[in-house]
Amino acid sequence: MSDPKALVLRSSGTNCEAETALALEMGGAETDVLHFDRVLEQPGRLDGYGILVFAGGFSYGDDVAAGRVWGLELRTRLRDALRTHVGRGGIALGVCNGFQVLVESGIFEPDTPPAERSVALYDNASNHYECRWVVLESQDCACPWLTPGEHTPTPIAHAEGRFVVRDEGALTRLRENRQIALTYVVDGTGADPYPANPNGSIEHIAGICDPTGRVLGLMPHPERNLWPWSHPRWTRIPKREAGEGLAFYRRMVEVASGACV
Amino acid sequence: MPPTAAAGAPVLPDAWRVEVFRRAAFDDPDGTHLLDAARELGVDGLGGARRGRGYLFPSALSEADVRRIAKELCADPVLEDARVIAPGAAPEASTGRRVLVARKPGVMDPVALTVERILRKAELVAADAALHVQTFSAWELEGDVSDESLELLARTTLANEVIEELRIDSEELTYGFPAATPEHGVVTVPLAQADDEALLTISEEGQLSLNLTEMLEIQTHYAGIGREPTACELETIAQTWSEHCQHKTFRGLIEMDGEVIDNLLKSTIAAATHELDRDWCISVFHDNAGIIEFDQGQDLAFKVETHNHPSAIDPYGGAGTGIGGVIRDILGVGLGAKPIANTDAFFVGPAELPASEVPKGSMHPRRILRGVVAGVRDYGNRMGIPTIAGGLWFHEGYVGNPLVYAGTLGILPRACATKEVHPGDVILVVGGRTGRDGIHGATFSSVELHSESETTSASAVQIGDPVTEKKVLDGLLVARDAGLYRGITDCGAGGLSSAVGEMGAECGAEVDLEKVPLKYPGLSPEEIWISEAQERMVLAVPPEDLDACIATFAAEDVEATAIGHFTDTKKLVLRFDGTVMGELDMHFLHEGTPRPTRQASWTPPAIEDPGCPAPPDGKDALIAMLSRPNVQSREWIVRQYDHEVQGMSVVKPMCGEGMDAPSDGVVIKPLVESKKGVALGVGANPRYGRLDPRAMAEAVIDEAIRNVVAVGADPSRTALLDNFSWGNCNKPEQLGALVHAAKGCYAAAMAYGAPFISGKDSLNNEYRVGDETLSIPPTLYASALSIVPNAQSAVTMDAKKAGNLLMLVGITGPELGGSEYLTHLGLDGGTVPRPDLDSAPKVFEKLHGAMKMKYVESCHDLSEGGLAVAAAEMCIAGGLGVDIDLAVIDHDPFPAGYDENTTLLYAESTTRFLVEVQPGKKFNLQTKLMGVAATPLGRFNTSGKMKVKGTDGRPLLEATIDEMRAALQSGFQG
Repeated sequence: MSDPKALVLRSSGTNCEAETALALEMGGAETDVLHFDRVLEQPGRLDGYGILVFAGGFSYGDDVAAGRVWGLELRTRLRDALRTHVGRGGIALGVCNGFQVLVESGIFEPDTPPAERSVALYDNASNHYECRWVVLESQDCACPWLTPGEHTPTPIAHAEGRFVVRDEGALTRLRENRQIALTYVVDGTGADPYPANPNGSIEHIAGICDPTGRVLGLMPHPERNLWPWSHPRWTRIPKREAGEGLAFYRRMVEVASGACV
Repeated sequence: MPPTAAAGAPVLPDAWRVEVFRRAAFDDPDGTHLLDAARELGVDGLGGARRGRGYLFPSALSEADVRRIAKELCADPVLEDARVIAPGAAPEASTGRRVLVARKPGVMDPVALTVERILRKAELVAADAALHVQTFSAWELEGDVSDESLELLARTTLANEVIEELRIDSEELTYGFPAATPEHGVVTVPLAQADDEALLTISEEGQLSLNLTEMLEIQTHYAGIGREPTACELETIAQTWSEHCQHKTFRGLIEMDGEVIDNLLKSTIAAATHELDRDWCISVFHDNAGIIEFDQGQDLAFKVETHNHPSAIDPYGGAGTGIGGVIRDILGVGLGAKPIANTDAFFVGPAELPASEVPKGSMHPRRILRGVVAGVRDYGNRMGIPTIAGGLWFHEGYVGNPLVYAGTLGILPRACATKEVHPGDVILVVGGRTGRDGIHGATFSSVELHSESETTSASAVQIGDPVTEKKVLDGLLVARDAGLYRGITDCGAGGLSSAVGEMGAECGAEVDLEKVPLKYPGLSPEEIWISEAQERMVLAVPPEDLDACIATFAAEDVEATAIGHFTDTKKLVLRFDGTVMGELDMHFLHEGTPRPTRQASWTPPAIEDPGCPAPPDGKDALIAMLSRPNVQSREWIVRQYDHEVQGMSVVKPMCGEGMDAPSDGVVIKPLVESKKGVALGVGANPRYGRLDPRAMAEAVIDEAIRNVVAVGADPSRTALLDNFSWGNCNKPEQLGALVHAAKGCYAAAMAYGAPFISGKDSLNNEYRVGDETLSIPPTLYASALSIVPNAQSAVTMDAKKAGNLLMLVGITGPELGGSEYLTHLGLDGGTVPRPDLDSAPKVFEKLHGAMKMKYVESCHDLSEGGLAVAAAEMCIAGGLGVDIDLAVIDHDPFPAGYDENTTLLYAESTTRFLVEVQPGKKFNLQTKLMGVAATPLGRFNTSGKMKVKGTDGRPLLEATIDEMRAALQSGFQG
């Protein structure tokens, strides 16, 4: 086992690369940040990294649709390289806009041509951008660094985070493949789940993984919850040593250090 | 090349048209929104609405290419279907009505730019193909709507016809570039023989906004050098001498009450800064923003700007470019700072204004407010800068002239705090391309708005492209840290003319205007020179670093172009294709502005003191006060801003158990390696200024400082920003009010030891309704920037624990002039709250001392609505009840007509806080606050109710938390 290396990828308009790199560093990974154009120029620059992170933000301004343009570049120019990375045990994470990019890339349905994918993220039911804290529940899923049943407070900040599927069959496949990774915790009374489910996602889904569990995408931002004072009620609750988001990254790094890349 | 659009002759476009609609299985949030808007307008009969995203592509592309683009790029395979319509053809007839909304030719279209870029990059078109893309919206509406209703809905909701074309049941779209300005050589403007009237005509027709004195000064100057000015020169002078750029009123001579004030700015606001002489002030007043020391070798830069007139014409674009502009101020301060927070404040007409009372040519306050919020949201969020502080005020005086303030805080290493320009340095323009956007913005901001402003000033509107600015930011910080340039400023008002003119003021500059990259052909040299196209910075680059500097920006996909160089001639030389278009003496340009003496006077309005009548019912009054537009929750705005990006937040804009209560100030912790936090707070009150401008100034400064002290900031490390928005200061009464307010600023800054470090004014906020010219209320928006010694000791305003004591800190007086309570009763007049500048600083200092000792569990400042509203907010935030006894409050007797209980509950006396303390620490707290009035009013409890007992011991009011929360969250919520 060696210290895993992580690479945070950014594009024009990405804006969460600094806190994401900090989370990875604090989680134990030696971390670099690189513009995606450099990877397009030299795909070999992905070599040697156990973790690839597509950071949040507004790649290409979210023009056309959130994640659409970067996702197009990824699936037309670098899909094979990403598959190779995952195939040899590497981890890929997409946070918020990074999740939108991964969805556009088609990586969550490896046996389906991207143009026929059956999952999508679209405009919040509220029809506007939302920034608020929610509680996530980790599901029993293929992703090895999530603890089923665990609840973690995490902020969300997005306009297009509503997880939808083409049809019921798509949802069944996600369940069967243990791809539903994270959900928003809502009270079970049947009352309007908004804003606990901040965007109207089906089945309150906040994040999914690929069938291997080594690719995870989620709308919320664990890297914005690294510190004791990150929590919106930190002046009201017992003192914590760190924000819950740090454990998310730390466990991911631990899993990555067990993989051979 | 695509055709140039023939003005006024729209036809079915000679372009491939792609329209992308949501499939019926998925709802269309834009459509739902439109149905809501229709209901609000009273438009009946609309059954359904869907928005198609439309794209126009060159007809030279093959159908196969376009279908591939539609599939790969435009439409989502799960959610959407794309229709492809051939060039010159109309779409198939739809079952309902269709409304098309498209940007006018030449109006910034960021999505189209991105599409052009990615089509080439992803090789969906040949790299060398001519490519012009436009976007539009195609609305399909079902139901039975009358033509008039549809037109009303379209004009008030779907399109802003200043910048957009609107087609109802017509498929015509204009495709192409705007018409070119006819080519001309050097144009000279004959001034020598012009009489006064002719000079004014030249100024007006050229939209120069130069007054007669200034035109005469220019005439004399050119007579002296024996020639006529060129159009380029005259435009440059007009931009440089504009109120926006020069602050002629603040820097001029003012005669008031027999006293002559030479430079109001220097003698009041800046005087305080210089007399206080704080060693932590690193750069004040002369750069793009003020800079103060922070920690670990890093400094903080802060600036707040106004963007009022553009926001009146196009709220979305105006507010977006307002925030974009102030971000560039921070990118251009010193050698450039990294933006870490944005602030915003809006002053608009009442949300409930009847449509019939909206002045001709103005928009309804709701439309303005929604537009400016969306503008700040879409620009600020895309920049990755948290928007964390600000305010919203409603007042009938802003109906025709809303105010939009945008602020940015940045962080930079000390070594980057200063800049210089050497002769021989290359002038490098970086970022967006130049188009005809925002021509005459600087001079436009100095004129009165009128009913035709919307149409005549369309070119003054700019639309932002935040992703370009984000790329500039990314490239700039790399270039800065590599030391690849030594001077920088932003392109703001006046465009290149102001930026290059300012940077070269001490040495000289030569510019070849044909080198400036253009969005489309056909701009005249004058247009290139003064265009306010957004997202541009100007750098002074040593020739040996030029290639590396350009390459650094290229790596971020940012264009950087050398357009000239700085010289030692003290002249500004403008060329186009080698022809000299103008040659100006830098000294005349920057120092030649005439300084006429303006007259000022001020008479307080003669309104009888209405006292403070008791309400018929105590609870009804409290609920009504919590429902007041200026008290109601702003959560609907806060939630649309990304206030968490960069991961630094400590005290967020909303706090409490339900995260739904308003924080006083906010705290961020920008450096991992430092335990210190940075607090921001603001203050303003539109109702105080008309009654007493000096009291208003002192009160809002007190409020801004109160807001940072309440969250744990150190009052002795607090810096201030002033932003004045005023009426026409050529009117003595307006100018007199300004003088009083400026003197209030001086007095307050000196008393609190809080220096001003930067500011900005907007001094012609008037609008015409019929034959009448109306002025906005005198509005000072004060911002405080302060240091929290230990971010982990920050304090929030939510009540923490049942059993804890609620204490009132500060003294309550019969001060209800301009208060929410009197306004609620429809009463005018009274004494405007004004801090006691002898005792107030001690209150701040001692409270801060108590916070450092951790004696304070929660703290909330008292502002609009006074004690009653503040206590209710603490209960709502903490989910706790409280029993308050007013009898324990010690105060000087109130005058006749002031009901004691009501005054104690709703007076807006300054320098007051509500503080929560554990019973066991009460003594410690009171000891720490020795000499300051600190009265225990009662205890928090789990009753779920706020109960208030009057001074006579009888119950005065009782309201549940749920009732109070419902009131706070009622009213216009977007």
